[in-house]
Amino acid sequence: MLSRTASSLYWLGRYVERADFTARLVEATIRLDALSARPAGEAAWQSALSVTYNEEAFASTGDNLTQQNVAHFLMFDKDHPGSVLRCLEAARNNARVVRTALTREAWTAINRAWLLFSNRASPGGSSSTLNLVESVKAELRGFEGAIFRMMRNEAVWLTRLGGAIERADNTARLIDVKYHLLLPEGERVGGVVDRDQWTTILQTVSAVTAYRWLYSEGLKPDLVIDLLMSRPELPRSLAACVEESVDLLSQLGKRTGLQGEADRMARARLARISKTRSREVVVSGLHEYLQAFIRENAMLDQAIARQFRFV
Amino acid sequence: MGQKRAFDEIWGHGGIDDPRAEFAALSDWLRETPSGELERRLQAAESTFRQLGITFAVYGEQEASERIIPFDLVPRIFLADEWARLSEGLIQRVQAINAFIRDIYGQREILKAGILPPELIFQNDQFRTEVAGIRPPHGISAHICGIDLVRTGPDEFFVLEDNARTPSGVSYMLENREAMLRLCPELFREFRVAAVDSYPDMLHETMRSVAPPGRESKPLCVVLTPGHFNSAYYEHSFLADSMGVELVEPADLIVDDDIVWMRTIAGLERVDVIYRRVDDDFLDPLVFRPDSMLGVPGIMAAYRAGNVTLINAPGNGIADDKAIYSYMPEIVRFYTGHDAKLPNVETYRCREPEARKYVLDNMGELVVKLVDGSGGYGMLVGPASTKDEIAEFRKAVEAEPNRYIAQPTLALSTIPTLTEKGLAPRHVDFRPFVLTGGSGKPQVVPGGLTRVALREGSLVVNSSQGGGTKDSFVLMPDAQQSQSQNSAGESQSQSQG
Repeated sequence: MLSRTASSLYWLGRYVERADFTARLVEATIRLDALSARPAGEAAWQSALSVTYNEEAFASTGDNLTQQNVAHFLMFDKDHPGSVLRCLEAARNNARVVRTALTREAWTAINRAWLLFSNRASPGGSSSTLNLVESVKAELRGFEGAIFRMMRNEAVWLTRLGGAIERADNTARLIDVKYHLLLPEGERVGGVVDRDQWTTILQTVSAVTAYRWLYSEGLKPDLVIDLLMSRPELPRSLAACVEESVDLLSQLGKRTGLQGEADRMARARLARISKTRSREVVVSGLHEYLQAFIRENAMLDQAIARQFRFV
Repeated sequence: MGQKRAFDEIWGHGGIDDPRAEFAALSDWLRETPSGELERRLQAAESTFRQLGITFAVYGEQEASERIIPFDLVPRIFLADEWARLSEGLIQRVQAINAFIRDIYGQREILKAGILPPELIFQNDQFRTEVAGIRPPHGISAHICGIDLVRTGPDEFFVLEDNARTPSGVSYMLENREAMLRLCPELFREFRVAAVDSYPDMLHETMRSVAPPGRESKPLCVVLTPGHFNSAYYEHSFLADSMGVELVEPADLIVDDDIVWMRTIAGLERVDVIYRRVDDDFLDPLVFRPDSMLGVPGIMAAYRAGNVTLINAPGNGIADDKAIYSYMPEIVRFYTGHDAKLPNVETYRCREPEARKYVLDNMGELVVKLVDGSGGYGMLVGPASTKDEIAEFRKAVEAEPNRYIAQPTLALSTIPTLTEKGLAPRHVDFRPFVLTGGSGKPQVVPGGLTRVALREGSLVVNSSQGGGTKDSFVLMPDAQQSQSQNSAGESQSQSQG
């Protein structure tokens, strides 16, 4: 496989995941906004911006912090590289470059997702935004489905590896931001606002039902943290993403003979996370833990690029 | 242009109620299918093309920089015997093209025999001294040719242009067929249509058969694209994909010690055969244009050393140049010993004083072309032009007569086409694809690209100027049923049922 192809597939996986995450974040935030009384709604959009590291970028547009503006910024803004539109554009460009490594189904799903945005300039009101998010999610699920029915070779594993690395990053930022920034001053932990916000987190990672299945004690922040950090059953948990990257790297290694630094880093991370108890992390400093995790994730990303000779 | 009604390939000189006898079934189908139904299928086809991204880029336009080429549902149909005669002519012509290129960059017998004026070669921009003396594997240079044909009557076919560099459009031949099979399956029950889907296999086999000496056993073949912003990128990726070979960009290749390598995740891998969709000018900045960002430095040295095969070979432009074109009948006779089975369109070379005078006196009735123009640019269609346009072209021809040729305005054949006002005849041309591998024997794929001028009366079929495409059916002779698209489709549905 060409190095350029490998790199494009990996980034295709990352951008698809990023687009999906951002779209779901917008969806969950609309719900949170609808539930809260002003000015709590503003805080909801504020936190959506922090999760995607975009507070400054949004501030520089000079727009007010309203649903309309932030949803536009996160979904449609052509000048904002993290918008769903730009992520899909980047995913599509990468997919176009590696057309030959993808099946028709995989390519058309990406292309259709991108086409959803042509001839539209703004997300409109909540219901049309939600409809658009719904369509984006459906196309991207179609892409994932197509990926699982492709030949089982480097192309699939690299795309999924990109997805796993991106997902780990997104989940870590989601927990970090929500846990520290989200609770407005004066609100009681376990109060109504708090509860809505934890539901929002679960929704963003499609884990509301999973939570009910795994924990019988009702909605508790510590348990949400536990689910998102340590439960390998939840595909978007840190533990699951870490495990998935180890598996994918080992499949890639078996097929290409390329094993090295990235495998060692990923395996060491898996060993660490499987010994970590979320309760202890919360006590000793969740923010520091998550920041270290995000740094490690970036280092693994670099190691992957070196190992597979991305140019 | 209205003065005489052109020959319609389906309706003949009759009309929807009095078609050519062989196509009565098609005419019935057109009459009986409700126009809303045809419209719906057309929209389905165009939406599929858009989803697949079968687009071409239009340079210089910011919005809508990716467009689909309009598609028309009414197929063009060649009868088996028409096709057999055409194929013979195409094979003869492509054999002559290969012999000509081999000779011009070798012994130059044709010049010694006085068939061509030497300055036509040596003063021609398309003549590449850089490849003189190089003999490509098996002496084949034009592996993939697209011969543009026009038709004016039941048996009157003319070659309008040879394309021996990088003829494009074959992906439309294949995708249009897929669309027709899905949208109008009933037509394939009515007509026994020869399959075109073996083209990628034939192309791959052609590539393998011309591998450099010593690399024949398992040659590594690739398709080289300038990149995904190129207007024909879809076709590049489509071809690589359907052959199962890598689609490389120039930056993926490096040349070391006259050997071409590609960068893979496992390190460097040796490349043997390159179907390059990069023009000569941009192929190697060390040899051709030094400012080329699309090139692979050193690739020409590797080619000269015989370590890599380039498809098509560099320097082929000398064979499809419009000034050379007018000599093709003589060229065919010189190399094959027979008269050309496919005639040229009568051509006036403005470089010759007598012809020039005729052209200048009759510009209003002629099509005048730049010898090195393409894509419908640098061309005057006399009867469709204003006085000012003609006057302007006259000045250009007087200033540089060597750069122009002229041809009579032909009454190009038409095919019924769906228009806003219902079915109406529209002018078409045709590009069949001819492959030549190591055996030296050209193969013609039973199909090709039919381009249609969608504007009423227009003769310009180029996609950059409002042209569309149609599927091109080649009917099978009565004896061979086994290969038809039709029976393949049926056996599939049986195994599912």
